[in-house]
Amino acid sequence: MARRSSEDTGTVKTPESRRQRKKRSKENKTRTVHANLLYDAANKGEENPNRHYANNKIKTTKYTVLSFLPKNLFEQFHRFANVYFVFIALLNFVPVVNAFQPELALAPVVFILSVTAIKDLWEDYRRHRSDKEINHMDCLVFSRAERRYVEKYWKEVRVGDFIRLRCNEILPADVLLLSSSDPDRLCHIETATLDGETNLKQRQVVRSFFDLDCEFDPLKYNSIIECEKPNNDLNRFRGYIIHRSGRRDALYKENLLLRGCTIRNTEEAVGIVIYAGHETKAMLNNNGPRYKRSKLERQMNVDVFWCVVILLVLCLFAAVGHGLWMFQYGDKRPVFDVLSPEGTDLSPIMSAIYLFLTMIIVFQVLIPISLFVSIEIVKICQVYFIHQDMDLYDEETDSHLQCRALNITEDLGQMQYIFSDKTGTLTENKMVFRRCTVAGVEYSHDANAKRLAMYQEMDSEEEECTSHGGTLPRRDSVTSHQSARVVLRSQSTKSHRRTGSRAEAKRASILSKHTAFSSPMEKDITPDPKLLDKVNDCSSQMDFMRFHSQPMSQLPSDLSDTIDFFIALTICNTVVVSSPNQPRHKVRMRFELKSPVKTIEDFIKRFTPSRLTSGSNSSSSSSLITNRSSNKGCSSLLSSPSAESTLTKLHEERSCGGLENAFSPVPPSYDGKASWNIEEGELRYEAESPDEAALVYAARAYKCSLVGRLPDQVTVELPHLGKLSFELLHTLGFDSTRKRMSVVVRHPLTDQITVYTKGADSVIMDLIKPPNTGRKFARGRKRQKKIVCRTQNYLNLYAADGLRTLCIAKKILSQEEYACWLQRHLEAETAIQGREELLFESALRLETNLQLLGATGIEDRLQDGVPETIASLRKAGLQIWVLTGDKQETAVNIAYACKLLDPEEEILTLNADSQEACALLLEESLHYIQAKFLCSSADQTTKAFHSSFAPFDLYPSSSLSSSSSHAAPFLVHRLGLVIDGRTLAYALDKSLEDKFLAVARSCRSVLCCRSTPLQKSMVVKLVRNKLKVMTLAIGDGANDVSMIQVADVGVGISGQEGMQAVMASDFALPRFRYLQKLLLVHGHWCYSRLANMILYFFYKNMFVALIFWFQFYCGFSGSAMIDQWYLIFFNLMFSAFPQLITGTLDKDVSAETLQQLPQLYVNGQNSEEYKPYMFWMNMIDAFYQSLICFFIPYFAYADSDMDLFTWGTPITTLALFTILLHLGIETKTWTWMNWLSIAFSIALFFTVALCYNASCPTCYSPSNPYWTMQRLLQDPLFYLLCVITPVAALLPRYFYRACQGTLFPSPVQVGRQLDKLPADTRRNILSLTRVKVGSPLSPKPPFLSLSKASPKGCNKNDQRSISGSKTLEATQGQADEEEDRSCLSGPTDSEMHLSDLYTLVPSEIDTLPYTKDAPQPAGELQPPSTEVSECLDKTLEPSDVSLSSWITSTPLLTPADSVQLNLLPDGASQCVRYSRNSEDRLKPDHAVHPAHRTEQEVEQLLHTKL
Amino acid sequence: MMASSYNAKDEDGHITVSGPGGGTLRSKKPENTAFKQQRLPAWQPILTAGTVLPAFFIIGLIFIPIGIGLYVTSNNIKEFEIDYTGVDMSSPCFNCSQNFSWNSTRPCTCTIPFYLDQPYESNVFMYYGLSNFYQNHRRYVKSRDDSQLNGDTESLTKPSKECEPYAFHENKPIAPCGAIANSMFNDTLELFYNNPNGTKSEIPLTTTGIAWWTDKHVKFRNPGGNNPNLTAVFQGTTKPVNWHRPVYELDTDAENNGFINEDFIVWMRTAALPTFRKLYRIIQKKNNMVPTLPRGNYTLEVVYNYPVRSFEGRKRMILSTISWMGGKNPFLGIAYITVGSVCFFLGVVLLIIHHKYGNRNNSADISN
Repeated sequence: MARRSSEDTGTVKTPESRRQRKKRSKENKTRTVHANLLYDAANKGEENPNRHYANNKIKTTKYTVLSFLPKNLFEQFHRFANVYFVFIALLNFVPVVNAFQPELALAPVVFILSVTAIKDLWEDYRRHRSDKEINHMDCLVFSRAERRYVEKYWKEVRVGDFIRLRCNEILPADVLLLSSSDPDRLCHIETATLDGETNLKQRQVVRSFFDLDCEFDPLKYNSIIECEKPNNDLNRFRGYIIHRSGRRDALYKENLLLRGCTIRNTEEAVGIVIYAGHETKAMLNNNGPRYKRSKLERQMNVDVFWCVVILLVLCLFAAVGHGLWMFQYGDKRPVFDVLSPEGTDLSPIMSAIYLFLTMIIVFQVLIPISLFVSIEIVKICQVYFIHQDMDLYDEETDSHLQCRALNITEDLGQMQYIFSDKTGTLTENKMVFRRCTVAGVEYSHDANAKRLAMYQEMDSEEEECTSHGGTLPRRDSVTSHQSARVVLRSQSTKSHRRTGSRAEAKRASILSKHTAFSSPMEKDITPDPKLLDKVNDCSSQMDFMRFHSQPMSQLPSDLSDTIDFFIALTICNTVVVSSPNQPRHKVRMRFELKSPVKTIEDFIKRFTPSRLTSGSNSSSSSSLITNRSSNKGCSSLLSSPSAESTLTKLHEERSCGGLENAFSPVPPSYDGKASWNIEEGELRYEAESPDEAALVYAARAYKCSLVGRLPDQVTVELPHLGKLSFELLHTLGFDSTRKRMSVVVRHPLTDQITVYTKGADSVIMDLIKPPNTGRKFARGRKRQKKIVCRTQNYLNLYAADGLRTLCIAKKILSQEEYACWLQRHLEAETAIQGREELLFESALRLETNLQLLGATGIEDRLQDGVPETIASLRKAGLQIWVLTGDKQETAVNIAYACKLLDPEEEILTLNADSQEACALLLEESLHYIQAKFLCSSADQTTKAFHSSFAPFDLYPSSSLSSSSSHAAPFLVHRLGLVIDGRTLAYALDKSLEDKFLAVARSCRSVLCCRSTPLQKSMVVKLVRNKLKVMTLAIGDGANDVSMIQVADVGVGISGQEGMQAVMASDFALPRFRYLQKLLLVHGHWCYSRLANMILYFFYKNMFVALIFWFQFYCGFSGSAMIDQWYLIFFNLMFSAFPQLITGTLDKDVSAETLQQLPQLYVNGQNSEEYKPYMFWMNMIDAFYQSLICFFIPYFAYADSDMDLFTWGTPITTLALFTILLHLGIETKTWTWMNWLSIAFSIALFFTVALCYNASCPTCYSPSNPYWTMQRLLQDPLFYLLCVITPVAALLPRYFYRACQGTLFPSPVQVGRQLDKLPADTRRNILSLTRVKVGSPLSPKPPFLSLSKASPKGCNKNDQRSISGSKTLEATQGQADEEEDRSCLSGPTDSEMHLSDLYTLVPSEIDTLPYTKDAPQPAGELQPPSTEVSECLDKTLEPSDVSLSSWITSTPLLTPADSVQLNLLPDGASQCVRYSRNSEDRLKPDHAVHPAHRTEQEVEQLLHTKL
Repeated sequence: MMASSYNAKDEDGHITVSGPGGGTLRSKKPENTAFKQQRLPAWQPILTAGTVLPAFFIIGLIFIPIGIGLYVTSNNIKEFEIDYTGVDMSSPCFNCSQNFSWNSTRPCTCTIPFYLDQPYESNVFMYYGLSNFYQNHRRYVKSRDDSQLNGDTESLTKPSKECEPYAFHENKPIAPCGAIANSMFNDTLELFYNNPNGTKSEIPLTTTGIAWWTDKHVKFRNPGGNNPNLTAVFQGTTKPVNWHRPVYELDTDAENNGFINEDFIVWMRTAALPTFRKLYRIIQKKNNMVPTLPRGNYTLEVVYNYPVRSFEGRKRMILSTISWMGGKNPFLGIAYITVGSVCFFLGVVLLIIHHKYGNRNNSADISN
């Protein structure tokens, strides 16, 4: 029968499908998938409509055996340089112009091309192997012939196949889920390979197959699936399935299982393949590695261009010379001017033209052919070393730095701006519940705080245990499951994991990853006793009331708020519950009240609003169940009663009548407190975001635990009340625009439809509305107002503590309201076009008029070493901007905590709510900055003074001022800028962006709060494009991706929020603090190595000038005295290795010094290793050296019987020596590898030369250097030449370097000198890190000024007064006088002097101008409660609802001196409140201490004078 | 990324690099070796006046004596040079030089008297020197067939393309082919000592030993192995256009005839610079008592065949003794002295710098 039907469909469907194919070819918008079975059976493979779709065999290789050569060459010729070199090599085949033996001239190009080709081949081969491995993985495919599922390779899977998936299997293709062994028809998948998120995601069986009781039978399947063309959007899938009956069911993303995901928690699932192989979403998302071009490379390309210009000039010169030379002989051809092979005479002009081409060939070396390959090799080595760095390895997560972009390592050394995300980047993103306020009462959770403090201490010790032991207690429970996975994995991928302790540790770390957000620190929250009592009290009362059938509304409102608060915490999320006993298996606690509906239309038809409203008794809507869907606001599955509905209705009514029975489905055994205590300990929560988990754990601490979550219901366990099941009507997921999420549930106790909303306080507060102003509610209103007021108070406090705040609110909907909303919501859900927008609007409609329940404060702890890292990055001259989505107060306080903002700094806060206001604000702040700092920037000495006080102020003014003269005022001041998202949006407008930048760049730190991902990337783009600076963006979450992609270098933190940021990044770090070493050490090294190498390359290639000089003596005939073999292999072999070694290994300054003296980073920022003039200096030096190398042998052999190539060989030799010695001068660190490479180069040259000169007497025309080298080696003159020429050639450079080292050492050189000190001395000096290394601002040549110590105890007081009152210059002068003395004293002595000096530093601070009011913040810290509440009372007048405007602008922890620029939105008058807090505060101060102010004025005066 | 989504991936959800560094990730914790952590023991020279100073002095101190030694050695070499181009009317060779043609059949002879004011003690090397002759011209240098010169019989009859347009003449292969051979220097120089009694005695000139041993015995071979009958061997070839005699008549001595004629070999070694000299003959020292060339009057008899005036060339005859460092050339000595002095001077400058500023800096780098 099945057969017949299949044949039927075959015949019926074929014309239709043909038609569809036609249609498809026209529209190309959809794909139709039939089951393969129908066609297999009839052996109509060619009729199979699916045959046009890609099969599941993947091939990521670029080449096949045949296509490799042409394709690879074709790709290589995309690089212009290669084309150029091939062109030149081919030019050699033209007899008139050829300079070298044509075959030989091909050698370098072929060599370069083949090196690249081999590299490509190797990579391709690796891809091929892994492809093969993947293609040969097994899966179960239904076979018609055998009527069962048979094992097949992945590559044999085709679109339309039915495949059966078992637990822990990896999906071979994109599969539409048709059946699942799960009773809820769910299938859990883990998408870690796709997006790195380790939490489980639920997928649902296609609706029409929902009610299949028995196992799914592929043979009975005869539907057609119509869906989108393959695309790479992981979060979208649309289509519908057409059943034989003609019914259509929509398909959603929830029905699709994506290739590469892993099936979890589901015994078995069956699906039909929709997309296979390269058409799967996973494969379509596969973009190859990213290629960026680094700044250095861009600079280099300019110079390559200059090389071309030089080349052309030289060639032109030679061509003209040759023409003239020819011309002078007139008609009489001299014997040595050989005619062309045909015996014809060439005119001088023609000869000149030919010669031009010849010269291009001869001088081709000038364009460094091996440069690109060498750079690639060096970069690969650099990447290797960065990978190997132990300091960048995070033991905890067993991960280390990943360089995902291989070719921008040197950019790391040139960064100027860092844009950082806050959450998860600066902080750990380990959300820990700290405290909460419920109904206006604050619960401080002191015990919890203590506990957290304890963890902090334990952390370091624990770390060690973790790495070695690997047997963390809670891991045991999951090992069984885990090991199963491990086995599976090792089968599939030949896992490299070894047994033994390392594997153990690794597994432990994997485990900790999988139980994301649930370290003991986050889980074991100590409840606040007061609140706990209250909860207990409340629930016992409720229990009591339930028992006595009293309506719940009689509960005292604060108690009901409390319980609602915890219920909201528990259910208003998307947390999935799993229990370790049944690993990752959700806990089943289902009570069947659901009854499926066939279609949505059906549902809508039956549940028209009228019907809903008519049945306004509680039970009618009870059967309305919307499925909770895991994606945002797009719940799609609706079930409604059919036959069983009456049953449930009955059931509901019964429960309505007798409340005590409403919870009967919960087995009584679970009611006991003891039992759930045991149970509770073993439940595990898997949340999408860490704060969700934190809140659920927090609620659990109060015995409100989430015990189960199903698509349509949430089960919560409450004290005394036992398990309550909330019907989950809707979940309006979190999105960054709404900044909140809501769940709509039917409360089982009150039977009311309740909306629980959780979200950022700013949005929630706006949505809160006191209850209706009826008299009846007067008390409630007042209470509500009080709650709002108090909660706001505490929220501010929380924010001041740097806690993340969330507000919890609820709303009770009447049936009518709900029905009304529901209708529009359903419309939105079913809308084809603009569904997202409609759903968004629908959510907005629902989330209004909320009732505030309380607020939570969650701590997001700073990562280790963040303040230190920021401090040192800033000292390194990096501007750090933090772009965060958090609220302003939280952000500001975190910024203080991580030392991004300094209490000594003034803070400019920009909050505006209109474009004009924003413009005004920016204008004002610009004026303010100019007014305040103009004097200082105008005065050199003051600047020096500044910089001497704050070494990190030495922001590269040179680079700024060089770009534009007006940039000079934009020095970086001790200012912080705080701007919120709304203002930022205005500021980023075309008209204001320049002003905004002008303000922002003068500030030392910038903090953008409440910024959207798009804004983040806009800010980065703006800074990058307008300021022409190098930008680095660092972030960890999906919201940072755009910013990461825009920046010059994107860094992802492989933290807790999945892998999206990492995927988009160029470098992935386990922790923020590694950024320090990555930039300061590796960036610096990579940059300086590569810059020096490139310069050296250019220099080296200028040696071709040797041949140019020779042209003057050979009639500009393009002749070369250097044997063409030497000439061609000179760069490729003889001089290649040392530069590669130096380019890879050279360290100008040691890692320790670089880290401790971050100032050295400025070197790279200003591109000091490779400036345009350096290229020319190098060229000139090379010119000079080539002159020496040419003319010393020239004069030494002038008018002798030396023949051409015997004369050229010494020149080659000494050129090699010169080049190597030059490298020697430039090499800063000599390891044995350097020695070896140089020795090897020389040995190689002589070996090759000797062999070459002895090998064949006739082969090497025209030079035919038989026995030349051998003869030369017997000639003493040869040695004499080889000694004097390099010395004479390198004398200027050597001398210059020596003078530079003494007279004006660069900061880097000073760093190197520090390196030379004995380790402990250096450590002492660096630990007292006040070393002032050459600030570019100081007018004097930069010296290490740390030695300005007077002999110990001699004149300590003197010194103090000097350092206190005079500028540093004075100190320097003083020190100069004392230099003899300090010079005489030994190193240990001077060291002690140093420490003397440093002990004085604090006193120095005392006398500096703006530190006067530094100690004040402490006094200022009094809670702003009184003010605020007053303010709040005022603002809470019904007329004025906008709370947020003042909330955001209230500074809590007021810094010493903060400027506030606020625009109050009160009316049309756009008045700018422009207040200097310090002065405000000074007024009372002034009254008390009149002296204070004058003192300050005096100092101000002093300040300006200096 | 997904390409390597599950291949390059370690399956833990950690993503490994898909780059060359990727292979190292198997054991995730990097090894703590000096190399991998970039902590190789190293010598870190810092170039400052103080550290570099000794080098300058040492170089100066070594170079100046060497230079003096070289200079003295060079000065001890005796050299005599005579230009016989015959540009001036007064020159004895003026008449001969008027003939620009290569093909003049009538040999022109001129006699040039000269006086050596000091005796030449050891072996005297007689050179001919040419000026403005660009033997290093690119096309000229290439214009030869090394395998023909090496005695390859096939190349003898089929000279390589490089020899064009001097490969064939009247459809016969030219032996030796190419422009170099074609333009071979063909003046004959003879030296006579004018005895005080008025008679002239010819000074014996050795024609062998003037070429490199390897050239004569390895690079240049007559075709046909050791066949002494060169006429037969070169049968079927023709002489280069400018030559007066075929190659097998260059000398009567079979060991110095054909391609292994040393004058020919010397000529074939193309000079590096347009002004060059080539060894022509050696005047062997007879015994220790008599100088090889005593002081006195000499006569140079030139058979003037080689036209150079067309390209403003000059021809010279040079008599020179040699030392271990070759011919007379004071340049290297002067260069050594100069560089040595400059080094010394710079050393002093550095000393001053070091003295004046170095201390300040030294106090900066604290230790020394």
